[in-house]
Amino acid sequence: MTARGMTAPALEVSGLRAYYRTSAFGIRREVRAVDDVDLRVEAGEIYGLAGESSCGKTTLIKTIANAIQPPLEVLAGSVVFNFKDHRVDMHRVGRDELRDIRWKRLSYIMQGSMNVLNPVRRVRHAFVDFAFRHIGKSKAEFLDIVGAHLHRLHLAPDVLEAYPHQLSGGMRQRVTIALATVCRPEFIIADEPTTALDVVVQKGVLAMIHSVQRELGSSVIFVTHDMAVHANLTDRLGIMYGGRLVEEGRTADVFRRPRHPYTAHLIASLPRLGDTAPKEGLTGAPPNLADPPSGCRFHPRCPLASDLCRREVPPMTEVAPGHRTACFHSDRVAPP
Amino acid sequence: MSALLEVDGVSRLYSSGNLLARRKFAAVDGVSLRLDEGRPEIVTVIGESGSGKTTLARMILNMVPPSAGTIRFRGTDLREVRGTRARLDFMRQVQPIFQNPFEAFNPMKRVDRYLFATARHMAGLTTQAAIEAEADRALRDVGLSLAEVRRRYPHELSGGQLQRVAIARALVSRPALLVADEPVSMIDASLRASIVSLLRGLCVRTGVSIIYITHDLATAYSVSDRIMIMRLGKVVESGPARAVLDDPQHEYSRLLKSSVLSPEVPSNGAAFHA
Repeated sequence: MTARGMTAPALEVSGLRAYYRTSAFGIRREVRAVDDVDLRVEAGEIYGLAGESSCGKTTLIKTIANAIQPPLEVLAGSVVFNFKDHRVDMHRVGRDELRDIRWKRLSYIMQGSMNVLNPVRRVRHAFVDFAFRHIGKSKAEFLDIVGAHLHRLHLAPDVLEAYPHQLSGGMRQRVTIALATVCRPEFIIADEPTTALDVVVQKGVLAMIHSVQRELGSSVIFVTHDMAVHANLTDRLGIMYGGRLVEEGRTADVFRRPRHPYTAHLIASLPRLGDTAPKEGLTGAPPNLADPPSGCRFHPRCPLASDLCRREVPPMTEVAPGHRTACFHSDRVAPP
Repeated sequence: MSALLEVDGVSRLYSSGNLLARRKFAAVDGVSLRLDEGRPEIVTVIGESGSGKTTLARMILNMVPPSAGTIRFRGTDLREVRGTRARLDFMRQVQPIFQNPFEAFNPMKRVDRYLFATARHMAGLTTQAAIEAEADRALRDVGLSLAEVRRRYPHELSGGQLQRVAIARALVSRPALLVADEPVSMIDASLRASIVSLLRGLCVRTGVSIIYITHDLATAYSVSDRIMIMRLGKVVESGPARAVLDDPQHEYSRLLKSSVLSPEVPSNGAAFHA
């Protein structure tokens, strides 16, 4: 559990605004993928980030990791990591320092394990490419460290000699987790690491992420659109809609009493074993971020929308200790 | 009652290795299944990756021939379905829905073209007005309308909408059987339940039988009449969906059921308990 206010948060994102800006044949387009996002991740916690496709989750993560390439641009705000011995403003450090931070202090578990591992080289090479420089030992010692780490994650050492296609999807995803944690990073970003896996494998992979996190004491941002995963894994939860953070709080509080109509919908839409009632999706489509709706971006699909919601952007306000939401009608959101 | 689909002891072998060291591997091993005419139902085939669910679907769609056993659709052995006319006639009656709607549609083509082409070739319509009316009817069956998708490219629609269009396309030829291979695994969790409810509604309203392939027990429970649990090519347990899932007998079925993450936060905090 986290001690709020006791130590500096592991990650502070404030007023972050990142747009995709293109200009072709004199037509300017601006896709507001991340707009005014404020969030803090405390040391040692798993922070969940939820929301449907194209709501800006991955852009937010790319901006946090400073993996920014045109046409993505950061217009405002800052991303500050508090590592054990120093503070890093991700958008103000040089390339060399960034290279030292990446993987050693800040690592990334990606969604498609097949895209991370080179299909024509043995898994061993991936470990050498990613981690050899950071660990800074001789080759033999390095391979010992990797072997011991794989053993901790219940992977046989001979996966190092396998090609990615010889491993099953679950094994490959375990290898990418091993790859991301071999340098014992202080902060791990996990972008939909279990979405492509089936339920049995998913459960094993989640248990593994959880035990590695508890062992290393790392802080984690865990991104997925599957609310059932959040319910079982994360300590705190942030919900994104249309490029903005719309609700944030302790996962248990958010599930018990959602304060944003979108969150309430996400929770209600989950299929449950034993439940046979037909489920309705939201009407309408997710907002076009190149031309977002005025006011609250959720208002065209919201059952509680009023004139105020169409005119003004609701600010993030605290509705209960540690529970914030951006909704003018947060009292009227029915508990599930 | 006559059979709509009879799958009778079907196996499919794939071989690997080279000429000297050839290994055979059964992707599907002795599977039987029967669907009756005039009694529309949703049969769920569930299992982990590599359990042979997709191979079974491809055999039912007559895309791969079985290595052993027979599949008969309305009494005709699928091996006899040869030649353009017979194949078209078969495709008119059995239609697929694929896993990833973003891959099923060419990103450079407008999605309405798929509907129109299916109406022209499968439903045998010739005039533009009739084709559009048929496309609109199919789209209304899935909760959309032609006005919403006309001239749209795949990237302009959300994953859920695009999967609805894919289902509408399959409905244009008024099939008797839909084979849906993991139709919800690539779309947002919040949209899955509504797509699955849609399949249920179609089965009830239009009388189409559906073979629903998935690894997600939660949606399978809410939608299916019968369920078949597969592992390593074999059926390990089958029967009425509620009965099987409420009280699974086989060890593997129990494992599958216990792996479903409940959307409730455990009372001892959000810690993952494995």
